[in-house]
Amino acid sequence: MNIYDIIFYLFGAITIVSAFFVVTTRNIIYSAFYLLFTFFGVAGLYVLLGADFVAIVQLIVYVGGILILLLFGVMLTNKITNVNIKTGTIQIIPAAIAVVAFMYLLITTLLNTAWKTTNNTVDLPSTQKLGVLLITQYAVVFELLGIVLLIALIGAASMARK
Amino acid sequence: MTHVGLSQFLVISSILFCLGIFGIVTRKNAVMVLMGIELILNSANINFIAFARFGNFGFQGQLIALFVIVLAAAEAAIALAIVLNIYKTFSNINVDEIDNLRD
Repeated sequence: MNIYDIIFYLFGAITIVSAFFVVTTRNIIYSAFYLLFTFFGVAGLYVLLGADFVAIVQLIVYVGGILILLLFGVMLTNKITNVNIKTGTIQIIPAAIAVVAFMYLLITTLLNTAWKTTNNTVDLPSTQKLGVLLITQYAVVFELLGIVLLIALIGAASMARK
Repeated sequence: MTHVGLSQFLVISSILFCLGIFGIVTRKNAVMVLMGIELILNSANINFIAFARFGNFGFQGQLIALFVIVLAAAEAAIALAIVLNIYKTFSNINVDEIDNLRD
């Protein structure tokens, strides 16, 4: 049990516990703030996997963009004077049973599978390799993603102000 | 206790996936359903990056994770615009009460 394992279990516990509160808390604002900790935990797991650039992008895009967008959605779809913003829940018991059964199936399957792993060395920083891949092998995908993002944001803006 | 390898990351990501599904099927509020979708996308990203680290794929897994993050941003923007329009039409965003396709 070295320092890597301790940090892994710390970030994994942060991720799982806050994700559990995201899906069980009744107050939507609290859920959004627990989602912040989930994203931080996942970014920590990315760093442990040697993906430093993806971790930073996760923090910038998810925490800085998507979470703020979700909070805007919560604020604009409830009466602001209504202090307790609650969400109703339906069918908790069957959903919990089905989800736990599915989780058991997934975890037993992946623990009993002999994954073919290679013990790669992590070469940091990953930024240069990712940049070279983006402008050589994945150049078309990169340009298409830019177009998709542009069209999606223009469409979202024009739909929201109608 | 064994050292942390591929399986531990996969266990974390499958737990996150199941929690996301639980959030999607039990919550009434449409914004909460979106939060469940974000949890699921994050768990898929953990899988991509874990296999990029422990498998023999180089940096392509990390690149796909970046693409997933970009698509998640586009999806969140579009979905929130739709949710705002639903709120203007029906005055609530409970997904079990909205069952009209036209007024």
